[in-house]
Amino acid sequence: MPRVVMRVNGKEVSGEVEPRTLLVEFLREHLGLTGTHVGCDTSQCGCCVVHLDGRSVKSCTVLAVQCEGAEVLTIEGLARNGELHPIQRAFHECHGLQCGFCTPGMIMSALELLQRHPAPTEPQVRAWLEGNLCRCTGYHNIVRAILQAAEEMRQAPRPAA
Amino acid sequence: MYAFEYHRPASVAEAVRLLREKPEAKLLAGGHTLIPTLKQRLAQPSDLVDLGGIAELRGIREEGGALVIGAATPHGEVETSDLVRRTIPALAHLAGEIGDPQVRNRGTIGGSIANNDPAADWPAAVLGLGATVRTDRREIAADDFFTGMFETALEADEIVTAVVFPRPRRAAYAKFPNPASRYAMVGVFVAETDGGVRVAVTGAAPCVFRLTALERALAANFAPEAVDGVTVDASELNSDIHASADYRAHLVKVMAKRAIASALG
Repeated sequence: MPRVVMRVNGKEVSGEVEPRTLLVEFLREHLGLTGTHVGCDTSQCGCCVVHLDGRSVKSCTVLAVQCEGAEVLTIEGLARNGELHPIQRAFHECHGLQCGFCTPGMIMSALELLQRHPAPTEPQVRAWLEGNLCRCTGYHNIVRAILQAAEEMRQAPRPAA
Repeated sequence: MYAFEYHRPASVAEAVRLLREKPEAKLLAGGHTLIPTLKQRLAQPSDLVDLGGIAELRGIREEGGALVIGAATPHGEVETSDLVRRTIPALAHLAGEIGDPQVRNRGTIGGSIANNDPAADWPAAVLGLGATVRTDRREIAADDFFTGMFETALEADEIVTAVVFPRPRRAAYAKFPNPASRYAMVGVFVAETDGGVRVAVTGAAPCVFRLTALERALAANFAPEAVDGVTVDASELNSDIHASADYRAHLVKVMAKRAIASALG
């Protein structure tokens, strides 16, 4: 089986995988990083969003072997020294989650939005979340959380996550 | 997914060699059609030849007044490219309406046109602008490239390397997306080019096509009202769970009007 080496949340990891192993399977089953969820498994719901070389992707639609040498960031890599990332904190404070299943994908998706557009408008946030579905339909508070996080991150920028 | 062997060549030549050695191989670009297809076991390639490691396939540049987009360039890069927005903004707009941000970060223009899904957006732009598809061995005019449903003029071992878009005088794309998938139920690309007016329709029929009756009407009067006098023949269009052929014929005219109004800016 091919051996794949990549950096996940700043640490070099490797594993022997079948070529058909999905990135999300590698993260969850080989590395035990179960914060990244599998919702629809058909590239639609966004529960599995992680960052691959700085861009948000659906990890159910990327093969682990495609990530050779790549930099992967998952929800587990956001908190620093036990302190939540501002987006995580805002989801908590704004009640941006109900069952919580979509939350890791929502947050990883929002992170790319705020990296590209530090001061998004509400319509921009809503448009950006096109690929993230919340079956609790808690969108209003998710959008509020992202707007609050944006403001906080503008006032107190922290080094790139 | 059925099991397969994986290859990551560093050059187009090496990828072509792999395709010749492995007749049951498939090319992997952004993977946003192929990987879901494999998951459903609708295809069983022996090998995947990943184009993601070939730097020469990626990037956007100007070449003699034309805009050249590398085949492995993701939609998101086209959407946000200053060069595209300055030269052919209709392409940035079209790219930004594909799927969602995560799909746009992976899916590529070369993969889209080589797959030639009847409801994909890129074929409308390629045909609507009269672009040229560049491959590892030749150049193919858009009018000759899209040959049928999921079919193109590409040979089995041929690889798209770039698409060359001539700059139009004005152009625009209007799309009625399926509310769930964001694929085009109908998408109309309208362009006024040095070679005349071109109108390409995607999503409505088994393959992207030019609406020549509207091209003639627009050549006489490039205005939304020109659409009124044109008849769209529903008998050639798709009927499915999303829309009947008659409804699609109606949408073609509505989207055409919107595209023309948008091109007039």
